[in-house]
Amino acid sequence: MLVGALPFGIIFGTLAVSSGLSAGATLAMSALVFAGAAQFIAVGLIASGAGLLVILLTTLIVNLRHLLYSASLLPYVRHLSQRWRVPLAFWLTDESYAVAHRHYLDPNAAPEYKHWYFLGSCIAMYSNWFACTLVGVVLGSTLPGMADWGLDFAMVATFIGIVVPLLRTRPMLVAALVAAAVAVVAHGLPYKLGLMLAALAGVSAGIVAERLTASSAREVINDGA
Amino acid sequence: MTVHEIVLITGMAVITFAIRYTLFAVGHRVRFSPWVAQGLHYVPVAVLTAIVAPAMLLSAGGELDLGVDNAYLVGGLAAIVLAARWRNLLVTIIGAMLCFFLWRWWLG
Repeated sequence: MLVGALPFGIIFGTLAVSSGLSAGATLAMSALVFAGAAQFIAVGLIASGAGLLVILLTTLIVNLRHLLYSASLLPYVRHLSQRWRVPLAFWLTDESYAVAHRHYLDPNAAPEYKHWYFLGSCIAMYSNWFACTLVGVVLGSTLPGMADWGLDFAMVATFIGIVVPLLRTRPMLVAALVAAAVAVVAHGLPYKLGLMLAALAGVSAGIVAERLTASSAREVINDGA
Repeated sequence: MTVHEIVLITGMAVITFAIRYTLFAVGHRVRFSPWVAQGLHYVPVAVLTAIVAPAMLLSAGGELDLGVDNAYLVGGLAAIVLAARWRNLLVTIIGAMLCFFLWRWWLG
């Protein structure tokens, strides 16, 4: 996990600086927002001259998945005080969720220390992310040509690496294909509205496909009966 | 830091924290309506694909570019194959980036 985030953080730092964000703002973003995918997209939007409201709305959509993570971990943290819950929520990311969730399901680990494990993995990810952003900012400012190296492809590769293993069911595949098609067709729309439109279309297509699969499955059962 | 940057980062931080903390703060189990739960399920795939597809398929000028000289397309396809075969994020990132840079270097 840490190794995976290593190039990601460095590249975020270089891209952010080259897209016009100041070094201070780049570091502040990694320290206060701490959400890799949303930060990358925000930097891309800044580079393309998108407005504040568009960036904030995109942040909301891109990070909505964390609501699912918090719902899934809720049974394990509800006995903790708010002094625990606030930092654990702040540091809840894809990676720390994956690590913590696995640990909570592990029957061999001592239950009374599991939130310490959760906290530890969070702090490791957080300091790693911040340090890598710092390295990226320094590199990006000293080597101005780095923005043209095509390092932004790292984001494409990372997102593909996250999405492809999720495409296990047919509705998921439909959601991805519809989102891709709409994103390409609607790319010319102002304020990056194409991204939001495509996300919405993909989610709707997934829901419709799921209902269709479910109802056709029911018909098969009824036919068999 | 400019005022614009401060507003932007504060806004992003508040939104992100609100999403992550709301359920932890309430503390008791929250039942999503089936529609919301179903919709949330598809959000990561839809959003990430919507970001990746234009980056792979469109040129810098926004034109559809399906030629072999589009390194983003070639590298992206390599990433899809690697991700489907190995299901390992690090393998996908390193392999696809290697393919992308070699392809660019080969094209000159």
